[in-house]
Amino acid sequence: MKRLKDFSYHRNLENYRDLLLVLLQKEVKVRYKSKVLGYVWSIASPLAFAFVYYIAFSGIMRVRVEGYPLILMSGLFPWQWFGNSIGSSPKLFLNNSNIIKKVNFPRNIIPLATVLNHMIHFALSLPVIVLFMVIYHKPVSIAWLYGMPMMMLIQLVTVYGIGLILASLNLFLRDIERLTQIVMTFAFYFTPIIFTLDMIPEEYRYLIPFNPAAPLMINWRHLILDGTVDFYYLGISVAYAIAFLILGTAVYKKLSWKFAEVV
Amino acid sequence: MRESVVTFQNVHKSYPIYHHVRGVKNFLFDFPRNLAKIKNQQYEALRDINFEVYRGEKFGIIGHNGAGKSTTLGLIAGVLKPNKGRVIVRGRISPLLSLGAGFHPELSGKENIILNGVLMGLTRREVRQKMDEIIEFAELDDFIDQQIRVYSSGMVARLGFSVVAHLDPEILLIDEVLGVGDIRFQRKCLKKMAEFKGSDITMILVSHSLPSVVNLCDRALWIENHAVQMIGDPMEVAERYCQAAGIEMDLRTKRPVLNAEVTNVMF
Repeated sequence: MKRLKDFSYHRNLENYRDLLLVLLQKEVKVRYKSKVLGYVWSIASPLAFAFVYYIAFSGIMRVRVEGYPLILMSGLFPWQWFGNSIGSSPKLFLNNSNIIKKVNFPRNIIPLATVLNHMIHFALSLPVIVLFMVIYHKPVSIAWLYGMPMMMLIQLVTVYGIGLILASLNLFLRDIERLTQIVMTFAFYFTPIIFTLDMIPEEYRYLIPFNPAAPLMINWRHLILDGTVDFYYLGISVAYAIAFLILGTAVYKKLSWKFAEVV
Repeated sequence: MRESVVTFQNVHKSYPIYHHVRGVKNFLFDFPRNLAKIKNQQYEALRDINFEVYRGEKFGIIGHNGAGKSTTLGLIAGVLKPNKGRVIVRGRISPLLSLGAGFHPELSGKENIILNGVLMGLTRREVRQKMDEIIEFAELDDFIDQQIRVYSSGMVARLGFSVVAHLDPEILLIDEVLGVGDIRFQRKCLKKMAEFKGSDITMILVSHSLPSVVNLCDRALWIENHAVQMIGDPMEVAERYCQAAGIEMDLRTKRPVLNAEVTNVMF
């Protein structure tokens, strides 16, 4: 029998890349499986939310905000990625128990694949935002070219770090899943998504940096609508990203050897 | 000097019994007692295990249910870590095969083959080269593009065996597969394993079928009560094992491998 290749150690870079690709493909496929309107569904949800909030605030409560539909979309689309990734992360290792129990592989690739999957969906939904900007006569800034990759990278690292923490801990304390849902509801309403930064009363603004989602969402809106970023909040986002990455990796390193026993 | 690919040095493995404290509320409300509980309530699965498996060797593991065989395999596969002692493994290991390796029910047979290949440490290119061979051996025909969840358990087992046997692992772990699949496929598996006998693949076989351990393996390990009872020639180990269990079994009769297996399965 011919040996295909002799690995010095049994994984090389190409294997890591393929592992990520295969898991990513799996995510995408499972999401779209037997759903004819796959792509439509992935943008329908934030659009529906935008519509509902628009009716509720502009139609019923008569809150006067200029260009509210675009404000909503520039908040809800990035949030969709952020919220869905974190909301689904506690169950990540549990849902993959069949492979975790059988093979030894770097398990932190699972959250990475999931977060990348959500990121791809966000990227695919950008044309919808552009379409609405055209409808509302809002120019698309050239700053997107560098701003988008930068913001996506920061959000990717943040969400991956948080996801890794939640996915690892939830194997040991299963109600983290429930807790996450509640915390994410709070996070949604305490983050400038369906309202803007200016609407937050002056005396509460000092609290913004304590919410890891807020600086991100503030800059997403700046970037999408005006093509600018606020460097104060950008700095905070970068700090959060690095902190969560380090913390997530530490938690994972500490606990991963036990995964197959408790999953 | 033979090179050892799997080494167990004074390996202890115990599992904490988590069920009682699963939940943040209970855990926090009675913190000190729960902490003590976690520490004290241990289930000992393996005690001071020492053995070595050499390159190219066919190594059988036998023992009663719950004796610690699967834990041993889990340690070799690297999905479990010992509490004390060291487990050293050199080489690429097959996914643990017990009723369908690491399969994902929503993916097709083909996609699962690739998934398992990369999980094991191969690249997609390498897996694709083996694809046709795997599909042909598993005899899945049109089902190979269907999702695994529609497979019968026999089909999953066939695909599982085919994947680990053809993905060219350096260490092949086989956990009690021969009980599944029909007689014809069992023969095919045995034939394939007999082929390995001459190759330099290291095979570790956990089985309740003594004839297949005797016929396929160069050495056998008998685990009794979470500790090593005996290591040595598979025939001697199997005989002593039968004696201890109080069962008479005629293992010495010269029957061809395949018939012995089939007869055994049929009782």
